[in-house]
Amino acid sequence: MTADDDDRVFKALADPTRRLLLDRLFERDGRTLTELESEVDMTRFGVAKHLRVLEDAGLVVTRRSGREKLHFLNPVPIRLIHDRWIDKYTEHQVSALAELKQRLERE
Amino acid sequence: MSMTTSVETTQVYRVFIKASAQQIWDAITKPEFTTRYFHGARVDTTAKAGSPLRYYGPDDSLWGDDVIIEADPPRKLVATWTALWDPDTATEEPSRVTWEIDERDGGMCLLTVVHDRLEGAPNTAAKVSGEGWMMVLSGLKTLLETGEPLAG
Repeated sequence: MTADDDDRVFKALADPTRRLLLDRLFERDGRTLTELESEVDMTRFGVAKHLRVLEDAGLVVTRRSGREKLHFLNPVPIRLIHDRWIDKYTEHQVSALAELKQRLERE
Repeated sequence: MSMTTSVETTQVYRVFIKASAQQIWDAITKPEFTTRYFHGARVDTTAKAGSPLRYYGPDDSLWGDDVIIEADPPRKLVATWTALWDPDTATEEPSRVTWEIDERDGGMCLLTVVHDRLEGAPNTAAKVSGEGWMMVLSGLKTLLETGEPLAG
Protein backbone atom coordinates (compact mmCIF):
# COMPACT_ATOMS: atom_id res chain seq x y z
CA MET A 1 0.00 0.00 0.00
CA THR A 2 1.51 3.32 -1.03
CA ALA A 3 1.22 6.64 0.78
CA ASP A 4 -1.21 7.74 -1.95
CA ASP A 5 -3.48 4.80 -1.18
CA ASP A 6 -3.40 5.67 2.53
CA ASP A 7 -4.26 9.28 1.71
CA ARG A 8 -7.26 8.20 -0.33
CA VAL A 9 -8.55 6.01 2.49
CA PHE A 10 -8.16 8.71 5.14
CA LYS A 11 -9.73 11.34 2.89
CA ALA A 12 -12.62 9.04 2.05
CA LEU A 13 -13.23 8.40 5.74
CA ALA A 14 -13.02 12.10 6.62
CA ASP A 15 -16.63 12.70 5.63
CA PRO A 16 -19.68 11.84 7.75
CA THR A 17 -21.89 10.90 4.77
CA ARG A 18 -19.29 8.50 3.44
CA ARG A 19 -18.87 6.92 6.86
CA LEU A 20 -22.64 6.59 7.06
CA LEU A 21 -22.72 4.87 3.66
CA LEU A 22 -20.06 2.41 4.86
CA ASP A 23 -22.08 1.75 8.02
CA ARG A 24 -25.15 1.04 5.92
CA LEU A 25 -23.18 -1.40 3.77
CA PHE A 26 -21.79 -3.02 6.91
CA GLU A 27 -25.36 -3.64 8.06
CA ARG A 28 -26.36 -5.05 4.72
CA ASP A 29 -23.88 -5.54 1.92
CA GLY A 30 -24.38 -5.60 -1.85
CA ARG A 31 -26.79 -2.71 -2.37
CA THR A 32 -27.80 -0.64 -5.38
CA LEU A 33 -27.43 3.13 -5.62
CA THR A 34 -31.22 3.45 -5.35
CA GLU A 35 -31.28 1.54 -2.06
CA LEU A 36 -28.43 3.59 -0.62
CA GLU A 37 -30.00 6.82 -1.78
CA SER A 38 -33.08 6.07 0.33
CA GLU A 39 -30.87 5.81 3.44
CA VAL A 40 -29.39 9.30 3.32
CA ASP A 41 -30.87 12.74 2.94
CA MET A 42 -29.10 13.62 -0.30
CA THR A 43 -29.65 13.68 -4.04
CA ARG A 44 -28.87 10.64 -6.18
CA PHE A 45 -26.04 12.60 -7.77
CA GLY A 46 -24.55 13.42 -4.36
CA VAL A 47 -24.69 9.81 -3.20
CA ALA A 48 -23.15 8.60 -6.48
CA LYS A 49 -20.31 11.09 -6.03
CA HIS A 50 -19.59 9.91 -2.49
CA LEU A 51 -19.70 6.28 -3.62
CA ARG A 52 -17.16 7.08 -6.32
CA VAL A 53 -14.76 8.52 -3.72
CA LEU A 54 -15.21 5.38 -1.62
CA GLU A 55 -14.63 3.21 -4.68
CA ASP A 56 -11.46 5.12 -5.63
CA ALA A 57 -10.18 4.52 -2.10
CA GLY A 58 -10.95 0.82 -2.45
CA LEU A 59 -13.44 0.91 0.42
CA VAL A 60 -16.35 0.05 -1.86
CA VAL A 61 -16.25 -2.51 -4.67
CA THR A 62 -18.99 -2.67 -7.30
CA ARG A 63 -20.12 -5.86 -9.02
CA ARG A 64 -22.73 -6.37 -11.70
CA SER A 65 -25.57 -8.71 -10.90
CA GLY A 66 -27.83 -8.98 -13.94
CA ARG A 67 -28.91 -5.44 -14.73
CA GLU A 68 -28.01 -4.12 -11.30
CA LYS A 69 -24.78 -2.63 -10.05
CA LEU A 70 -24.25 -3.68 -6.45
CA HIS A 71 -22.00 -1.92 -3.95
CA PHE A 72 -19.99 -3.99 -1.49
CA LEU A 73 -18.03 -2.84 1.54
CA ASN A 74 -14.36 -3.77 1.19
CA PRO A 75 -12.76 -3.58 4.65
CA VAL A 76 -9.27 -4.64 3.50
CA PRO A 77 -7.79 -1.10 3.13
CA ILE A 78 -8.75 -0.32 6.73
CA ARG A 79 -7.16 -3.59 7.83
CA LEU A 80 -3.94 -2.71 5.98
CA ILE A 81 -3.76 0.63 7.79
CA HIS A 82 -4.43 -1.19 11.04
CA ASP A 83 -1.65 -3.70 10.36
CA ARG A 84 0.74 -0.95 9.44
CA TRP A 85 0.06 1.52 12.24
CA ILE A 86 -1.09 -0.51 15.17
CA ASP A 87 1.50 -3.01 16.33
CA LYS A 88 0.75 -5.77 18.78
CA TYR A 89 1.79 -3.69 21.80
CA THR A 90 -0.39 -0.70 21.09
CA GLU A 91 -3.22 -2.97 20.00
CA HIS A 92 -3.52 -4.20 23.57
CA GLN A 93 -3.81 -0.64 24.86
CA VAL A 94 -6.21 0.36 22.12
CA SER A 95 -8.53 -2.55 22.83
CA ALA A 96 -8.41 -1.76 26.57
CA LEU A 97 -9.40 1.83 25.81
CA ALA A 98 -12.11 0.72 23.38
CA GLU A 99 -13.51 -1.55 26.08
CA LEU A 100 -13.44 1.25 28.64
CA LYS A 101 -15.27 3.54 26.23
CA GLN A 102 -17.92 0.88 25.56
CA ARG A 103 -18.39 0.29 29.26
CA LEU A 104 -18.69 3.97 30.10
CA GLU A 105 -21.14 4.59 27.30
CA ARG A 106 -23.31 1.70 28.36
CA GLU A 107 -23.75 3.13 31.87
CA MET B 1 -19.77 -3.38 16.11
CA SER B 2 -22.82 -5.59 16.04
CA MET B 3 -23.31 -8.48 13.69
CA THR B 4 -25.43 -8.08 10.63
CA THR B 5 -29.11 -8.73 11.01
CA SER B 6 -29.76 -10.21 7.59
CA VAL B 7 -27.99 -13.25 6.19
CA GLU B 8 -25.25 -12.10 3.85
CA THR B 9 -24.93 -14.26 0.79
CA THR B 10 -22.10 -12.47 -1.02
CA GLN B 11 -18.93 -10.92 0.36
CA VAL B 12 -16.32 -9.07 -1.68
CA TYR B 13 -12.72 -8.32 -0.70
CA ARG B 14 -10.19 -6.50 -2.82
CA VAL B 15 -6.54 -5.58 -2.46
CA PHE B 16 -3.70 -4.27 -4.64
CA ILE B 17 -0.59 -6.43 -4.46
CA LYS B 18 2.80 -5.54 -5.91
CA ALA B 19 3.45 -8.92 -7.52
CA SER B 20 2.89 -10.66 -10.85
CA ALA B 21 -0.32 -12.56 -11.57
CA GLN B 22 1.69 -15.79 -11.63
CA GLN B 23 3.16 -15.10 -8.18
CA ILE B 24 -0.32 -14.54 -6.78
CA TRP B 25 -1.63 -17.65 -8.53
CA ASP B 26 1.20 -19.69 -6.96
CA ALA B 27 0.52 -18.14 -3.56
CA ILE B 28 -3.10 -19.34 -3.76
CA THR B 29 -2.42 -22.83 -5.11
CA LYS B 30 0.91 -23.92 -3.58
CA PRO B 31 1.35 -25.13 0.01
CA GLU B 32 4.76 -23.50 0.53
CA PHE B 33 2.88 -20.18 0.33
CA THR B 34 -0.48 -20.94 1.97
CA THR B 35 1.12 -22.27 5.17
CA ARG B 36 2.64 -18.81 5.65
CA TYR B 37 -0.48 -16.65 5.37
CA PHE B 38 -3.61 -18.85 5.47
CA HIS B 39 -3.82 -19.58 9.21
CA GLY B 40 -1.11 -22.18 8.63
CA ALA B 41 -3.28 -24.15 6.20
CA ARG B 42 -1.55 -26.37 3.64
CA VAL B 43 -3.31 -26.40 0.27
CA ASP B 44 -3.28 -29.54 -1.86
CA THR B 45 -4.47 -29.17 -5.45
CA THR B 46 -3.40 -29.48 -9.06
CA ALA B 47 -5.36 -26.24 -9.68
CA LYS B 48 -7.23 -27.72 -12.66
CA ALA B 49 -10.97 -27.48 -13.22
CA GLY B 50 -12.83 -30.48 -11.81
CA SER B 51 -9.95 -31.53 -9.56
CA PRO B 52 -10.00 -31.51 -5.76
CA LEU B 53 -8.75 -28.62 -3.67
CA ARG B 54 -8.06 -29.53 -0.07
CA TYR B 55 -6.74 -27.62 2.91
CA TYR B 56 -5.02 -29.30 5.83
CA GLY B 57 -4.39 -27.72 9.21
CA PRO B 58 -0.97 -27.71 10.92
CA ASP B 59 -2.06 -30.94 12.72
CA ASP B 60 -2.91 -32.56 9.34
CA SER B 61 -6.65 -32.46 10.00
CA LEU B 62 -8.79 -31.77 6.94
CA TRP B 63 -9.89 -28.10 7.00
CA GLY B 64 -11.44 -27.88 3.55
CA ASP B 65 -12.56 -30.56 1.10
CA ASP B 66 -13.41 -28.73 -2.10
CA VAL B 67 -13.58 -28.97 -5.87
CA ILE B 68 -12.27 -26.52 -8.46
CA ILE B 69 -15.19 -25.27 -10.54
CA GLU B 70 -13.22 -23.11 -12.95
CA ALA B 71 -9.51 -22.50 -13.49
CA ASP B 72 -7.99 -19.92 -15.83
CA PRO B 73 -4.37 -19.61 -14.68
CA PRO B 74 -3.12 -17.12 -13.65
CA ARG B 75 -6.27 -15.02 -13.79
CA LYS B 76 -9.19 -16.78 -12.22
CA LEU B 77 -9.84 -19.64 -9.84
CA VAL B 78 -13.31 -20.67 -8.70
CA ALA B 79 -13.80 -23.40 -6.10
CA THR B 80 -16.31 -24.64 -3.59
CA TRP B 81 -15.68 -23.72 0.02
CA THR B 82 -16.23 -25.88 3.04
CA ALA B 83 -15.14 -24.92 6.54
CA LEU B 84 -14.46 -28.25 8.24
CA TRP B 85 -12.18 -26.89 11.00
CA ASP B 86 -15.12 -25.73 13.07
CA PRO B 87 -18.08 -27.92 14.18
CA ASP B 88 -20.45 -24.94 13.71
CA THR B 89 -19.60 -24.69 10.02
CA ALA B 90 -18.52 -28.24 9.10
CA THR B 91 -22.06 -29.48 8.44
CA GLU B 92 -23.16 -26.48 6.38
CA GLU B 93 -23.63 -26.59 2.63
CA PRO B 94 -20.57 -25.70 0.53
CA SER B 95 -20.33 -22.07 -0.54
CA ARG B 96 -18.15 -20.72 -3.35
CA VAL B 97 -14.97 -18.65 -3.51
CA THR B 98 -13.76 -16.86 -6.65
CA TRP B 99 -10.23 -15.46 -6.87
CA GLU B 100 -9.80 -12.88 -9.64
CA ILE B 101 -6.31 -11.63 -10.46
CA ASP B 102 -6.25 -8.55 -12.65
CA GLU B 103 -2.78 -7.42 -13.77
CA ARG B 104 -2.29 -3.64 -13.79
CA ASP B 105 0.53 -1.27 -14.70
CA GLY B 106 3.64 -0.91 -12.60
CA GLY B 107 3.94 -4.54 -11.56
CA MET B 108 0.70 -4.37 -9.59
CA CYS B 109 -2.23 -6.75 -9.53
CA LEU B 110 -5.71 -6.16 -8.24
CA LEU B 111 -6.82 -9.27 -6.38
CA THR B 112 -10.55 -9.67 -5.76
CA VAL B 113 -12.02 -12.44 -3.64
CA VAL B 114 -15.75 -13.02 -3.94
CA HIS B 115 -17.21 -15.41 -1.38
CA ASP B 116 -20.78 -16.17 -2.38
CA ARG B 117 -23.51 -18.83 -2.42
CA LEU B 118 -23.53 -18.48 1.34
CA GLU B 119 -27.30 -19.04 1.58
CA GLY B 120 -26.82 -22.49 3.06
CA ALA B 121 -23.87 -21.54 5.24
CA PRO B 122 -24.80 -18.70 7.63
CA ASN B 123 -22.23 -19.68 10.27
CA THR B 124 -19.50 -19.79 7.64
CA ALA B 125 -20.61 -16.38 6.37
CA ALA B 126 -20.36 -14.93 9.88
CA LYS B 127 -16.96 -16.49 10.58
CA VAL B 128 -15.17 -15.58 7.36
CA SER B 129 -16.54 -12.05 7.18
CA GLY B 130 -14.37 -9.24 8.45
CA GLU B 131 -11.35 -10.65 10.30
CA GLY B 132 -11.24 -13.93 8.37
CA TRP B 133 -10.67 -12.82 4.80
CA MET B 134 -9.01 -9.57 5.84
CA MET B 135 -6.30 -11.41 7.76
CA VAL B 136 -5.74 -13.77 4.83
CA LEU B 137 -5.49 -11.02 2.22
CA SER B 138 -3.40 -8.72 4.37
CA GLY B 139 -1.09 -11.66 5.09
CA LEU B 140 -0.90 -12.64 1.42
CA LYS B 141 -0.01 -9.08 0.43
CA THR B 142 2.68 -8.79 3.10
CA LEU B 143 4.17 -12.17 2.21
CA LEU B 144 4.43 -11.40 -1.52
CA GLU B 145 5.67 -7.84 -1.08
CA THR B 146 8.18 -8.40 1.70
CA GLY B 147 8.94 -12.12 1.56
CA GLU B 148 7.97 -12.40 5.20
CA PRO B 149 4.69 -13.45 6.81
CA LEU B 150 2.63 -10.87 8.69
CA ALA B 151 3.90 -10.51 12.25
CA GLY B 152 1.27 -11.56 14.68
